[in-house]
Amino acid sequence: MAIAAAAAPIKISRVRAWIVNSGPVLGIFLAIFLLWELCCWLFKVPDFILPSPSVIIDKIVTSWWLLLVNGLVTAQEIVLGFGMSVVIGIPLAVLVVYSRVFERVAFPFMVSLQTIPKVALAPILVMWLGYGILPKVMVAFLISFFPIVIGAVVGMRSAEKEMIYLVQSMGANELTTFLKIRLPRALPSIFGGLKIGIGQAVVGATVGEFIAAERGLGYLQLISQVRLDTALLFAAVVVLSLLGVLLFNIVAWVERLALPWNRLRTEMIE
Amino acid sequence: MALLSNAGVQIGLRGVSKRYMTASGDAVDALGEIDLDIAAGEFVSIVGPSGCGKSTMMMLVSGLIPATTGTITVGGTPVKGAVSKAGIVFQRDVLLDWRTVLDNVMLPVEIKKLDKESHLKKARDLLRSVGLAEFEGKYPAELSGGMRQRVAICRALVSDPGLLLMDEPFGALDALTREQMNLDLQRIWLRDRNTVVFITHSIEEAVLLSDRVVVMTSRPGRIADILDTKLDRPRGAHTRSDKRFVDSVEHIRRHFMALGILSET
Repeated sequence: MAIAAAAAPIKISRVRAWIVNSGPVLGIFLAIFLLWELCCWLFKVPDFILPSPSVIIDKIVTSWWLLLVNGLVTAQEIVLGFGMSVVIGIPLAVLVVYSRVFERVAFPFMVSLQTIPKVALAPILVMWLGYGILPKVMVAFLISFFPIVIGAVVGMRSAEKEMIYLVQSMGANELTTFLKIRLPRALPSIFGGLKIGIGQAVVGATVGEFIAAERGLGYLQLISQVRLDTALLFAAVVVLSLLGVLLFNIVAWVERLALPWNRLRTEMIE
Repeated sequence: MALLSNAGVQIGLRGVSKRYMTASGDAVDALGEIDLDIAAGEFVSIVGPSGCGKSTMMMLVSGLIPATTGTITVGGTPVKGAVSKAGIVFQRDVLLDWRTVLDNVMLPVEIKKLDKESHLKKARDLLRSVGLAEFEGKYPAELSGGMRQRVAICRALVSDPGLLLMDEPFGALDALTREQMNLDLQRIWLRDRNTVVFITHSIEEAVLLSDRVVVMTSRPGRIADILDTKLDRPRGAHTRSDKRFVDSVEHIRRHFMALGILSET
């Protein structure tokens, strides 16, 4: 009884906190959509130029299977490309931090690669790798790779000199210093890179599909464009952005789980 | 509490100097030739102007950087590489943000692969002795600057180092906290009798804490004078009005005036 009585106010205050936190954002979105709906109706904008939110929602509901199937393909490309960036990028960052030679040789190479618009590489990748998911995975990888490497390099270099001296005086070797100091110290920065990277991977996969594809949300957009099915075009954008938000939040959630101390630290600063 | 058997180690410096190479290729003499003997269990402060090589001297004793000339012995053995008997406290506490207070204190035990059980007790004892018993499960972000530095001192002491090297440990703290930390440090030192090399900018702090105060010149740092404070222990607020304390502070201050680091008005 006592527990139930104590739990009730907590529940209410949580709901209130949620409203206070998310209320303004939801309100703004709602206002924009209402205005949009109103304009479409007032000025009788044809659906093929600008479908109203209600038409788009209707489209999402009726074409849910189409959006789901193609969304899963795009999601797969994003996750694979992003995964490749993590698996290759983080060890590469370790090499950059620990090897002077590697830093001098490979780092300028990576930077110059970064200056090439990856989107411009997409047609070449299609030519080499065909119409399947592979070229899209590659574009997603290339575009999300750099922020992840930079995040990891900056993070691993951020350990204070005194911190390194301290563990050396305790007799720590390089491996121990890396595992106990450099890596945990780098994690907030690594997650910063991952959060940028996952957003970039969404862009990469979609652009890859624009070039040449047989499936995927980008492909669905191309088809809708040809058919003047603007509502479906918008529906794809909605699903794509939802996908991006979802993936971003998964990374953010893992970060919160892995670094409870970091949240504490930033909250203190705020 | 601690027996004299695990008390401090003796330190000797013979003709020790340090020359740095800057990025532009110039040689900078950070430390002139230093000869200094520190007895086991002695508390020695080093005061001097900024850039006189105080910190360099401490790093040389810790074995983390090699001396350009001369030999250093710690506990009778020449220093080659990091000295395991040394516990270090820097001006920045450099606590690991991702570890709780207790895990931070236990870091040396982990790295040196010492017995966990017995040192866990030692770590808790240390935290209790500085009034942080209830904070062992907190993260550093939840502590004040003074508390953080107390944790850093516990970390330096947990493995019974025998030598405590402190580089302006209280330099970043406010004046009140600093006074209290001085007294806390004295209490810990009176109990364990580690050898302490304490680097500071504060003449008063040096005189209050030390058996001897080493006064350094500007770069390249050399020893200008060594002053025996000869004050009774335990020292505290009452010591500051003691004539010998006032005289010692005045004596050191005159050195800095003679060196042109301080002026009369």
